[in-house]
Amino acid sequence: MTSAIIFPIFVSFINLYTMNFEFSEEHKMIRQAARDYAQRELLKDVLERDAKAEIPWDHIKNLTELGFFGMMVSPEWGGGGMDTISYVLAMEELSKVDSATAVILSVHNSLVCWGVEKYGTPEQKEKFLRPMGSGEKIGAFLLSEPEAGSDATHQRTVAEDKGDYYLLNGTKNWISNANSGQIYIVIAQTHPEKGHHGINAFIVDKDTPGITLAPHEDKMGMRSSDTHSVMFSEAKVPRENRIGEDGFGFKFAMKALEGGRIGIAAQALGIAAGAMERAVQYSKERKAFGKYLSHHQAIAFKLADMGLKVENARNLILKSAWHKDNGLSYGTLSAMAKLYAADMAMEVTTEAVQILGGYGYVKEYHVERLMREAKLTQIYEGTSEIQKIIISREMLRD
Amino acid sequence: MKILVCISNVPDTTTKIRFTDDDTRFDTASVQWIINPWDELALTRALELKEGSGGSIEKVTVVNVGPKESEPTIRKALAIGADDAVRIDAEPLDAHVVAGELAGHIRNNPYDIVLCGIDSSDYNGSLVGGMLAELLDLPSVSSVSKLNIENDEITINREIDGGSEILSTETPFVAIVQKGIALEPRIPSMRGIMMARKKPLNVVEAAGAEPLTEFVRFELPPPKAACKMVDEENIRELVALLHNEAKVL
Repeated sequence: MTSAIIFPIFVSFINLYTMNFEFSEEHKMIRQAARDYAQRELLKDVLERDAKAEIPWDHIKNLTELGFFGMMVSPEWGGGGMDTISYVLAMEELSKVDSATAVILSVHNSLVCWGVEKYGTPEQKEKFLRPMGSGEKIGAFLLSEPEAGSDATHQRTVAEDKGDYYLLNGTKNWISNANSGQIYIVIAQTHPEKGHHGINAFIVDKDTPGITLAPHEDKMGMRSSDTHSVMFSEAKVPRENRIGEDGFGFKFAMKALEGGRIGIAAQALGIAAGAMERAVQYSKERKAFGKYLSHHQAIAFKLADMGLKVENARNLILKSAWHKDNGLSYGTLSAMAKLYAADMAMEVTTEAVQILGGYGYVKEYHVERLMREAKLTQIYEGTSEIQKIIISREMLRD
Repeated sequence: MKILVCISNVPDTTTKIRFTDDDTRFDTASVQWIINPWDELALTRALELKEGSGGSIEKVTVVNVGPKESEPTIRKALAIGADDAVRIDAEPLDAHVVAGELAGHIRNNPYDIVLCGIDSSDYNGSLVGGMLAELLDLPSVSSVSKLNIENDEITINREIDGGSEILSTETPFVAIVQKGIALEPRIPSMRGIMMARKKPLNVVEAAGAEPLTEFVRFELPPPKAACKMVDEENIRELVALLHNEAKVL
C-alpha cells in the first residue's frame, strides 16, 4: 500500500526534474566566447564592411580557429561535436553584432555540414565533410533558382545522368557563400517526368569546370555575406557525389532546411536582441522633456514588448534545438521558431529605430543596419509565408 | 620548467554591487563570476611563453583558493589552455588566507615561475602576490608589464615612475603582473571548451591559514554626479561652472 503511494510521487518527481531550463557550464562558456568575439572583434569593422559589402575573410579565419565553423560536426570528422543548443547560443551572440558573418556560419553548419554528415557516404564524408568540419573549406547550398524560390519543386537546373557522371546545366540564384564557399551542395532535376521525385542533390567542388559566378549581389542588408548567382554549363559531377538514392534530392533539401531554420531563427533572435540592447542603453542615457527616455512610459512599454518578444523567440528556438538534439521531430517547431523570430526581429528592430529617433536612422548607431538585416530573415531559407504553409499543413494533417 | 598562475574568482566587472548582513558581506546573489582580469592576462602570457618555448616549459597550471562554486571559473581557465588546475578548498576570507593557502600548496609542489595579478577586481587589496613571495621566501618582482624567456634567460620589465626598469632574474620567483603583460585575454576555442572537463582539476584540502582581517562595514561610493555638457564655443560658461559650482578654479 505504501509503495503504491510512493511510486507515483517518485515518477512525477523524475518528470519534474527532466524539464530543465538550465544551461550547462559548456553552454555558458560557448555563449561567452561568441559574445567576446562579437563585441571585441566583429564590432570593430562591422560598419565599414556593411558599407563596402566586403567578405569578412579575417573573421572567417578567426572563427574557424575558434572552432565555430563545423562546431556541430562529430569530432570523428574533425568537428567540434557540439549540440544544437550551443549553436543557437553562438548564432545569437554573433548576430547581435554582425548577422552577415553569422549567416556564413549558419549556411555552412546547419545546411551543408549537417546534410553531408546525416546523408553522405563514408567516402563523401572523408572527402568533403572532414575539410568542412575543421572549417578549412566552407560550404554553400544551391537550391533557389530565378524561377524557383519558395516553389522549390520546380527545379530548372538539370543533372543529366551520363552513367559515370552527371552533367549539370542551369542557374542558381541568391546563393550565400557562393564565393567564400568551396564545397557546394547543388539541387537539380534528373527526371523531369517524375516532378520533385526526380530531383537529386550533389556535392560539387566549386572549381569544377563549367561553373561561373555572376557578380556579387548589392543587397539591402547582410551586405558582407557574399551572395551570387551561379551558372552551370556542362559541369561534370562524378556519380559518387550524389547524395542518397536517385530522386532523394528534394527530400534531402527539405530535411536540411528543417535544421537550417533553427540557425536563421537564432540569427533573427540575435538581430532583435542586439537592437533591443542598444535601445535599452540609449533610453537610459538620452533625456527628453526633462527626464530620461526610460522614464517615459511610452518608451518603457515599448521596451517591455521588445523584451517579451525576444524571450518568446528564444524559448521557441531553444525548444526546437532541444528537440533536434534529442532525436525528436522538429520540422514544425523550427518553422514556428523561424516565422516568429523573423517577424519579431522586424518589429523589434523597427521599434529600436523609433526609440533612437534620428540617431536610429543614421548608420553610426547600428540599429538601422539591424533593421535592414532583420528583413532578410523573413525571406531566406523559407519565407514567413512558406513557414505558415509548413505549420498549418502539419496542424491539418489527418 | 613549470609555471603556476594564481587565479581569483571575481564578480563580472559590470556587476551591481550590493551588501548583506548589515553591510558586512558582499551579496553574491545573481552574480556572474569571471577570472580576475589581471590573472586572465597572466594566464594568457604563460600560455604564450609555453607555446614559444619549444617544449622547455612543460606545463601551465592554474590554482585557485575557493569553494566548489569557483569551479566554472577554473574550468574556463582550462578551456583557455591551462594544462591542469588545483582548487584549494577554502573560503578566500582575506589576502592572508589566500596567500597562506597558496604558499602551503607551492611548498609541496614547487614551480619555477609563479604569476599573480597585481590585484583582484573585487577587494583590490594588492596584497596576495607580495605576501605569497614572503611566505615562501622567494624573490618577487612587482608591477611587471613584460615577461620574456629566451634561452632560459628571463627578462622582466617593471613599471616605475616615469619609465620602466628592465631586470633579469633566476627561477624560482613570483611575478606580480599588470597592464601590458599580454594584449588581450584569449577567447577559448570550441575544442578547448570541450577538453576542459577532461583536464585534471585537483581539489586539495586547505592547510588552515587564518584570516588576519575582519570586515567591519562596506559602503558604496556616492553616486556619480550627472555630467554637464558645455558647448565648446562657450568657454565663459565652462569657467563660471568650474569656479562657482565645482570650486576648482
